[in-house]
Amino acid sequence: MPKDDLKTGYRLVGTRPNRPDGLDKVTGRARYGADISAPGMLHAAVVRSPHAHARIIRIDASKALALDGVKAVITRADFPTGLTGEDWNLQENTIAGDVALYDGHAVAAVAATSKLLAQDAAKLIEVEYEVLPHVIDVDAAMQPGAPVIRAGTADHSVPDGMHPNVVKYIDFGHGDLAAGFAAADLVRAQSYKTEATHQGYIEPHACLGQMGEDGKGEMWVCTQGQWYIRRMCSAVLGTDASQLRVTPSEIGGGFGGKTTIFMEPLALALSRKAGGRPVKLVMSRAEVLRATGPTASASMDVKLGMKADGTLTAASVNFRMQGGAFLGSSPVGEALSCALACYNIPAVHHEGYEVLANRPKAAAYRAPGSPMAAFAVESLLDEMCRELGLDPLAVRLKNAVHEGVKSSYGPTYNRIGLVETLQATMAHANLTVPLGPNQGRGVAAGFWFNHGGETSVSLAIGEDGTVTVSVGTPDIGGSRASLGMMTAETLGIAYEAVRVNIVETGALGVNEPTHGSRATFASGLAAVEAAKQAIAQMCARAAAEWGIEPEAVEWLDGAAVPAGPNAGKFPPMTIAEIGAKMGSTGGPISGHHEVTAGGFGASFGAHVVDVEVDPETGRTTVLRYLVVQDAGCAIHPAYVEGQYQGGAVQGIGWALNEEYVYGADGRLQNPVFLDYRIPVASDLPMIDTVIVEVPNPGHPYGVRGVGETGITPPLPALANAIAAATGARLRSLPMSPPKVLAAIKAKARG
Amino acid sequence: MSKVHVSATVNGDPVEFLADPRDTLLDCLRDQLGLTGTKEGCGTGDCGACSVQLDGVLVCSCLVLGVEAEGKRVETVEGLSSGQDLHPLQRKFIEHAALQCGFCTPGILVAAKALLAQNPDPTETEVRYWLAGNLCRCTGYDKIIRAVMDAGAEMRGAN
Repeated sequence: MPKDDLKTGYRLVGTRPNRPDGLDKVTGRARYGADISAPGMLHAAVVRSPHAHARIIRIDASKALALDGVKAVITRADFPTGLTGEDWNLQENTIAGDVALYDGHAVAAVAATSKLLAQDAAKLIEVEYEVLPHVIDVDAAMQPGAPVIRAGTADHSVPDGMHPNVVKYIDFGHGDLAAGFAAADLVRAQSYKTEATHQGYIEPHACLGQMGEDGKGEMWVCTQGQWYIRRMCSAVLGTDASQLRVTPSEIGGGFGGKTTIFMEPLALALSRKAGGRPVKLVMSRAEVLRATGPTASASMDVKLGMKADGTLTAASVNFRMQGGAFLGSSPVGEALSCALACYNIPAVHHEGYEVLANRPKAAAYRAPGSPMAAFAVESLLDEMCRELGLDPLAVRLKNAVHEGVKSSYGPTYNRIGLVETLQATMAHANLTVPLGPNQGRGVAAGFWFNHGGETSVSLAIGEDGTVTVSVGTPDIGGSRASLGMMTAETLGIAYEAVRVNIVETGALGVNEPTHGSRATFASGLAAVEAAKQAIAQMCARAAAEWGIEPEAVEWLDGAAVPAGPNAGKFPPMTIAEIGAKMGSTGGPISGHHEVTAGGFGASFGAHVVDVEVDPETGRTTVLRYLVVQDAGCAIHPAYVEGQYQGGAVQGIGWALNEEYVYGADGRLQNPVFLDYRIPVASDLPMIDTVIVEVPNPGHPYGVRGVGETGITPPLPALANAIAAATGARLRSLPMSPPKVLAAIKAKARG
Repeated sequence: MSKVHVSATVNGDPVEFLADPRDTLLDCLRDQLGLTGTKEGCGTGDCGACSVQLDGVLVCSCLVLGVEAEGKRVETVEGLSSGQDLHPLQRKFIEHAALQCGFCTPGILVAAKALLAQNPDPTETEVRYWLAGNLCRCTGYDKIIRAVMDAGAEMRGAN
């Protein structure tokens, strides 16, 4: 339902106050990863492999160490041995062991008294390599004869006879597939490919680390999750997690890419070797693109069965994804689970392969796996709608999942809002705008699970009745505002009376990162519960003073009041009055809640894009763009719109421009923003948004989480619009001008 | 390599610093003068996060050497507000929710101020092309464009 029909009774939720950290961020005062220095600080630089795959024969740092001011050089020999599983993967990715596995893989690092000196010293570290054969493409990596990246990596799921680069196999589904396809009037199958893209946050990774010989350490770091940094660094270094105190800086974008470590243990290891002096390590943009986690590249087959009226009868998908040279880094499982999640299909089957390649270790990127899957499924669905002469939105609505339907990936849906989202899309004015020559309209739907996760929040009442909330989820796009609003709403006090702090690892129990669209959902849920605990205490303090039972006191508009006429007649006791005398009425008043939050609710979206394709150049111009998505409840609608708009534009970049380009030598050819071209302001129109609000029953205010779904529909929506404009169907991303032009010419040749 | 003594004016204040001839102006602002509001996103002049004005000209401070600032006026994001009064652009960015992570914001504010100084009434297209050198990965630019146009309107007295 449109949000205006829903919001009743909330004082703050649904309004648009200024964000609490806005002033710091428009004045340049906000401190990000690279903005901190410390007394005695050293600067670090990293030596990286120039080869996609090479055995490290020898590392000679003597010339670097001979320079005055160079304090430490580290290699893999400075790290503990015997790690297993993902801990070993993290260590191996942080610094190469016997073999460099991709272009940009760290091999050594140096700390010196200045940044320039560290860079000079890094150039003097001599590394002798034996270059090995490499493989970049996911399909090529599965072929017989492909270079073996690491034999024995495959887990038990992989069938016999597969290439050793195939390290995981997934197979699930339900229903009678053969009967489903037999019942269809139209069965179509197609193959699709997507290239790796990078999250492209504008802030490069940066940290300031300090560690003594005793294994006690501190780190200031731009991250989505300070406890993940703590756990991962400690595992890689062989130290105790509790001895490392990690403080998150402001974060200049993450999109999933800052939920893990890439170079942070290097700063700590250098510090430890340099007598405990703090070490600052800041990546260059080229290092970010070469050696942090892009997303996976994918090769996908889809087969759909449809009746003449648009009813889907059966679907099967087969996805191959590479996420670099490490088991478990590709999102193939998520991609499979998202692929058919929008539709109620009687028979579905999913097969997936994770494949190793000589590329950087993939990290999460906004709805990991879902955009690629949507590109394949939503493109084929569009083709079949056109073939049968059916309205693509009406077909999506006809097959849309709703409460009580068993999802394609197993669980039965709780209350969800895909139907309402599609209805709001079909009612939008953008669909009635007439199109001109070379213009086309494309639609697509998208899905993300959302996430709850480990969460710990504390709240304290101040002596003046104002409130401090301590949360563990870094504020990546306005969550201080949404958390402050929910807290103030619950307490019945002013938004400005609440301060939300993002705290270090010593201040709370373990929190998962800001990932999975969980910050406003999970930290919000915990903040509301913590506020309720404080309210109970404040009611008890008032009851004691009034000499009545605590149950006879209720909380109203920021004050304790007698609950009904029988409780007695007392004036309201405000939070400020209670706070002022809490020291003499029983001590500090606080609330605390920790939970592994379940109850998260999936968010569905639908996008409509109009494009014009230049038949001379193949360049696609986005004329107008509509995002409709179910937020559950938009706590701060402006930041919900911002998530929709930002997600859509990242998807537009993935669809039209962005890709990792490798040379025949396996080196990344475009590790700068000039060549890895993300969308700029002049590429785009305004991004129209509609916030649908079907409340999530698992959250006190109905929040679902809004960050991720929005990147999913643009890939197929653009492909569908380009097909509508040109008649040419592109099944490989990005749909860059040369590829679109070639497709138009091929179409003209018939 | 011995360092070079540089005298300049930054946000109206006289400053002196020692620059390695290889240091960028961005490095000098951040590391020598403690003005960390100006950000490095790429170091190659592609992202605009390091935008400052040098003698009134909008530049990427990562493409200017620190020694080139000798005798020049530098304006950074820290100089946008006067005393307690925010520049209209700063206020409008907060009001319009035109920032998410905020990392590109200083550069965009500096660039937008330069636009409005020479074109007080820009069209949406003019704003989009002027800011095409300032990358933002969070917002999709929509609210940024609206905030700049609204600030321009307020500064013209058109609101």
